[in-house]
Amino acid sequence: MKKTTKNNLITFAGTVILCVTFGILNQAGILNSMTSGLLEPIGIYVIMAISLNLVVGVLGELSLGHAGFMCIGAFSSATVSQILVNMGTVPTWLAFTVAIIVGAIFAAILGILIGIPVMRLRGDYLAIVTLGFGEILKSLFNNIYITSDKNGLHFGFTKPPENIDAETKVELLRGAKGTSAPELTNFWVVAAVLIVCLFILLMFIDSKSGRACQAVRDNYIAAQSVGINVTKFRLMAFTLSAAIAGVAGALYAHSISNMLPKKFDYNLSILILVYVVLGGLGSLRGSIIATIILYAIPEVLRIVNQNIIQYRMLIYAIILIFLMLWKNAPFFIHMREKIAASGFVQNIKNKFRKKDKTSGGAEA
Amino acid sequence: MKEQLNNSPEIIEGSPNMLEINELSIQFGGLRAVDGLNMTIKKHQLYGLIGPNGAGKTTVFNMLTGVYKPTSGYIILDGENITGKSPVEINKIGIARTFQNIRLFKGMSVLDNVKVGMQNSSKYTTIEGILRLPRYFKEEKQMTEKAIELLKVFELDGEKDALSQNLPYGKQRKLEIARALATNPKLLLLDEPAAGMNPNETAELMETIRFVRDEFDMTILLIEHDMKLVSGICEELTVLNFGQELAHGETSAVLNDPKVITAYLGE
Amino acid sequence: MSFVSYLVNGISLGSIYALIALGYTMVYGIAKMLNFAHGDIIMVGGYAAFITMATTWCPLWLAMVITVAVCTVLGVVIEKVAYRPLRSAPPLAVLITAIGVSYLLQNIALLTQTANPKTFTSIAAGAPPFMQVFDGKGVVFFRENPYKADGIKPVLTISMETFLAIVVSVAIMVLLTLFINKTKAGKAMRACSEDRGAAELMGINVNGTISLTFAIGSALAAVAAVLMCSAYPQITPYTGSMPGIKAFVAAVFGGIGSIPGAMIGGVLLGVIELLSKAYISSQLSDAVVFFVLIIVLVVRPTGIMGKKINEKV
Repeated sequence: MKKTTKNNLITFAGTVILCVTFGILNQAGILNSMTSGLLEPIGIYVIMAISLNLVVGVLGELSLGHAGFMCIGAFSSATVSQILVNMGTVPTWLAFTVAIIVGAIFAAILGILIGIPVMRLRGDYLAIVTLGFGEILKSLFNNIYITSDKNGLHFGFTKPPENIDAETKVELLRGAKGTSAPELTNFWVVAAVLIVCLFILLMFIDSKSGRACQAVRDNYIAAQSVGINVTKFRLMAFTLSAAIAGVAGALYAHSISNMLPKKFDYNLSILILVYVVLGGLGSLRGSIIATIILYAIPEVLRIVNQNIIQYRMLIYAIILIFLMLWKNAPFFIHMREKIAASGFVQNIKNKFRKKDKTSGGAEA
Repeated sequence: MKEQLNNSPEIIEGSPNMLEINELSIQFGGLRAVDGLNMTIKKHQLYGLIGPNGAGKTTVFNMLTGVYKPTSGYIILDGENITGKSPVEINKIGIARTFQNIRLFKGMSVLDNVKVGMQNSSKYTTIEGILRLPRYFKEEKQMTEKAIELLKVFELDGEKDALSQNLPYGKQRKLEIARALATNPKLLLLDEPAAGMNPNETAELMETIRFVRDEFDMTILLIEHDMKLVSGICEELTVLNFGQELAHGETSAVLNDPKVITAYLGE
Repeated sequence: MSFVSYLVNGISLGSIYALIALGYTMVYGIAKMLNFAHGDIIMVGGYAAFITMATTWCPLWLAMVITVAVCTVLGVVIEKVAYRPLRSAPPLAVLITAIGVSYLLQNIALLTQTANPKTFTSIAAGAPPFMQVFDGKGVVFFRENPYKADGIKPVLTISMETFLAIVVSVAIMVLLTLFINKTKAGKAMRACSEDRGAAELMGINVNGTISLTFAIGSALAAVAAVLMCSAYPQITPYTGSMPGIKAFVAAVFGGIGSIPGAMIGGVLLGVIELLSKAYISSQLSDAVVFFVLIIVLVVRPTGIMGKKINEKV
């Protein structure tokens, strides 16, 4: 079997097993309330992290506005599900499914709209423009009001719409006060969506389109010289990533009672980026593991010691800097080479390899 | 082999010219980097573009491949006007190149580097790829087989799973040629293929270039400073100096031209 | 008259952006990196000024000197520890490191200074406004309202902080332009920004020059910090990040790497921001600023004064 295929299989199977195990434990009521409360947000953040990894790891561009796509997915889906549920005739599961799809579509459309100007840029410019887009979206949703009554939908910008029929009035979006979509998300839904998204991303990366994206990342001039339409593939990956972030937003909107636009700020984008970078650029498996660990540890520590939580971002920042230096600074590269040359690591590796072989033989 | 080289024009049908460059010029600000260049390369020919550093050779390559748009003049590839087209279009029409400073897809395997070159010959869509429909498996298998065949030509098939950045220098140059060939071009441009190679490697490279020309029925234009390679494999030469043609014609005649010798060695 | 007031305040805010943008643009020109932590150096400068000014024995001038010194040293240290080892690393790694540094500074401030906003005492506290215009009674400079007893209010007031921001920024820009064009170190900086490799071969100390650039940029950030906190007297650990990003927008607007561009871009951005705050919506002014950035980058990616850079093939 091809090495990539094998790796993908491990990642995919591992995720499925993890989801099913925790799903069953959760269902059986074995997990304490804290652990069980962590499952949904972790799943949602994992979806965010793997989708961002497509842009940062596979396409090699730093997007600092990923929270913006989650934002539009969240608010568009919340609006749709509220409308559908209020109609009273649509079953909730259908309303939720439609809402998730709408979230993905809105985020994808926005991804294309943003991507067309942004994908003409590279590097630092792209980073700052995506950051700007994220902030613009957040400000917009801080100012959008949608209210429904018997006459239909009413829109307001910077202030709530007026002349609403008071009896049938339902506030769908309340500007900076956010929105309250029905809490339809449960862990099984998150797990199922996560598995679908993971499948799509793994298969995309291991296809000719994914190869094209990596080629553009590694050398866009050479990629053009072998006939790869650089803009097309950058836009494709960017849009796919946006759509999946929109799905995560849709799940998020239906997992909490009141969602505020200010949640989707620059800091959220950076937090996801931290998960992606620490998990390893281009490695979806790494993103999954890093998200789970980095999300869970502080929550667990919170119980041990309330004060420790405030050191979380400080420690992330230090790890982020150290990791970049460790991988790229000449000083650390030499050090790693020295360690490798000393044979110490080789010995350990060989030992592990032997073990692998024997255990593999036993299984067969 | 020598005989075949001399007979080469007769094998070709239709228009005997693969590439016609007519009065090609490009201006950067006040500098005329290439000025009124004319060049005709016959099908199946091994053609050399030489000249001192800064003469504008790579600029010619960049115009041929669409990286730069010429200020004036035109380029005809196999009867089709490609002047001012984008690099992607030009590659699809039939020019592939290598780069003076190697530009591989460093983070990808040797095999994938070649398969990227075959991107446009495969027809399955992104959706088919994600859903893993039968066409994905069929075409991926064909691409892999073809890519491995190509790698065998360059004796790289043993390292197909290695990361391309981990290859030694000489093999990286070969991989670049393999990747260019994977796009199925009519004309192959090699920008200093022997740069940084020792005499043994260069001799081996000469064999490979000849083999590629014969095996793939390829027309090859190369830039090179290594005169042993140039005189060994090029049938015709154009010498550039300060963006203008200094001489052109059969290799031995050009290399003995006093003008050319002066340009290289100075007065 | 209110339009003039917005305009003057916009120019004043814009001058502060210009000072910050100068730091970005110089570092970008020479080190070819986006120093994401530049905005947070402003924040550190704000806290340094706040703490020193609150110390009773410390006179104002000494507080300013300490603030500038703290930022300068911080900028140089960051460059040396975090950025220099990554000179030849891929741009993505450098950018991520810069974000890490930015987060590090913010979180250190969060831990030591808490998230509660501190109220900054203006350096011009107690001073009269720079200018007051009275309906029918003319203009008064550097004086308290002489008609206060009669109950007449000025129709236009320009505060001392606003005035100081403009004057100090203009003075610094003139000095900086002279420094870059006339001194040996300034020429070395220009050489490094043109071609670092060639500059090194010509015997220019490239590392030293880059350190100097970070030092100057950070010192400018310190001045900007004091001016900004005087005009908008609240500091939190996140004070620097938005102005930092906006100043980068200003630098891009004016053409990254170009010093006059940073000045023009900064002032334009300040005016755009204040006018949109006044006439569109105060909540949407940031959105307008970013919208301008996107338009600029789509229409003219090199900015107003920038030059086109082609990658060599």
